[in-house]
Amino acid sequence: MSDFPTDVKYVATHEWARMEEDGSVTVGITDHAQNALGDVVYVELPELDQNVVAGEEAGVVESVKAASDVYAPITGRVVAVNETLEDEPERVNQDPFGDGWFFKLSPEDPGEIEDLLDAEAYQESCEDEEH
Amino acid sequence: MTKQTALYDQHVEHNGKMVDFAGWMMPVNYGSQIAEHTAVRTRVGMFDVSHMTVIDVQGENALPFLQRVVANDCGKLVMWQTLYGALLNEQGGVIDDLTVYRLPEGYRCVVNAATRDKVLAWFDQQSLANMSFEEKDLGIIALQGPAALDTLQAHFPVTGIEGAKHFTAVRPQGERGNWLIGRTGYTGEDGVEIILPPEDAVQVWATFLAAGVQPVGLGARDTLRLEAGLNLYGQDLDEQTSPLASRIGWTVAWEPGERNFIGRDAIEAERGANTEKLTGLVMRDKGVLRHGQIVLTRDGEGIITSGTFSPTMGCSIALARVPRAAKGVCRVDIRGKHKEAKIVQPPFVRNGKILVDQAK
Repeated sequence: MSDFPTDVKYVATHEWARMEEDGSVTVGITDHAQNALGDVVYVELPELDQNVVAGEEAGVVESVKAASDVYAPITGRVVAVNETLEDEPERVNQDPFGDGWFFKLSPEDPGEIEDLLDAEAYQESCEDEEH
Repeated sequence: MTKQTALYDQHVEHNGKMVDFAGWMMPVNYGSQIAEHTAVRTRVGMFDVSHMTVIDVQGENALPFLQRVVANDCGKLVMWQTLYGALLNEQGGVIDDLTVYRLPEGYRCVVNAATRDKVLAWFDQQSLANMSFEEKDLGIIALQGPAALDTLQAHFPVTGIEGAKHFTAVRPQGERGNWLIGRTGYTGEDGVEIILPPEDAVQVWATFLAAGVQPVGLGARDTLRLEAGLNLYGQDLDEQTSPLASRIGWTVAWEPGERNFIGRDAIEAERGANTEKLTGLVMRDKGVLRHGQIVLTRDGEGIITSGTFSPTMGCSIALARVPRAAKGVCRVDIRGKHKEAKIVQPPFVRNGKILVDQAK
């Protein structure tokens, strides 16, 4: 069974976003997503200072099985990328909400994150997908 | 309506993630595809391949029929021997690849699951008088890896299997006389493929599982076969492409010259003159090569037919159809970016060892 922690927000395309104390927003893919992908072997991250737009492609995650786009949950500027994933992409499987984060954004509109799905709504959307 | 093999309940019970593969609900993995892959390379793993189609061909004209539909020559088979070959259409494209066993009662063909209907229709269309063919409802368990033979012998000892050569089969004596154990596989490791009644397959699977044998899903089956440089029908082989451009030219038996197998006329002109070849790629950049990506070589463009991440090599590998003269460094278009790869001669991995140069 997948984890759906309640301290992050979600989008139906299986990314999560967490507002940090410094005002930045950390982004990764969900436990449900990493379960579905299987062993992650490569992650393509956005460039530092790149502007990303909510709902548009910001990276790619590849498992042994398939390549899958990663979408920006909100609009903003990339202020950090998780370089560890370059050599240890398996961290996405091991700790999707922690060490396996993808990038951090400086949000254009700090309020935008509030419009994303909460854990319960995201879990329901995953269940709908399966049926 | 999807079909299930006799082992379906055991897959589900063992957390197999079930997917629809050619109309069959099959396990893609049981947790970690990489762990399953490594188990086969280093020790032993087992695969349920009961979805594959078993067709027995019998009668006086069984051999003349097979000598007409199979591009390899079934006439060279001695008793209990097995061969790998292709069924060609009149244009020389590949309808399917298959193995053929010679048995005392006739011949046994094992063809793919996805091609079942068209192969049965083709056999029907090409069949001769004084022969019959029949699809059999049988289970197939592939036991593969350096410890495969020891594992088999510890639980279901079979006289003669250890001395049996690669591509020969053994039929056990006594109560297991309706099993057929072939020294074949699709992984590049030593092992056997056990063809047996479905109810026996249930018991054999349970016994191996209790003995700690790792069950292996379709995901690792694909990475293992690709590392071993073995083709997958529908990706590396298809009806539009000649076997001579698919690295299986060695399975086309030109001698005896009077054997007029279907497709011979079409591919004979191409013999030694094919403009394309199927070869291997090793990725030198990060990223993963995938089916359909374009390959840019100094001699022109090619296409990746199968690509994946190689768990044994820790980088991406692929089979690609490229201009025949192409060699050395090439580039692959991955989502608009040109990444560097190197053309190499498959297999990439056999018997647990990396066979290609990975130097950057």
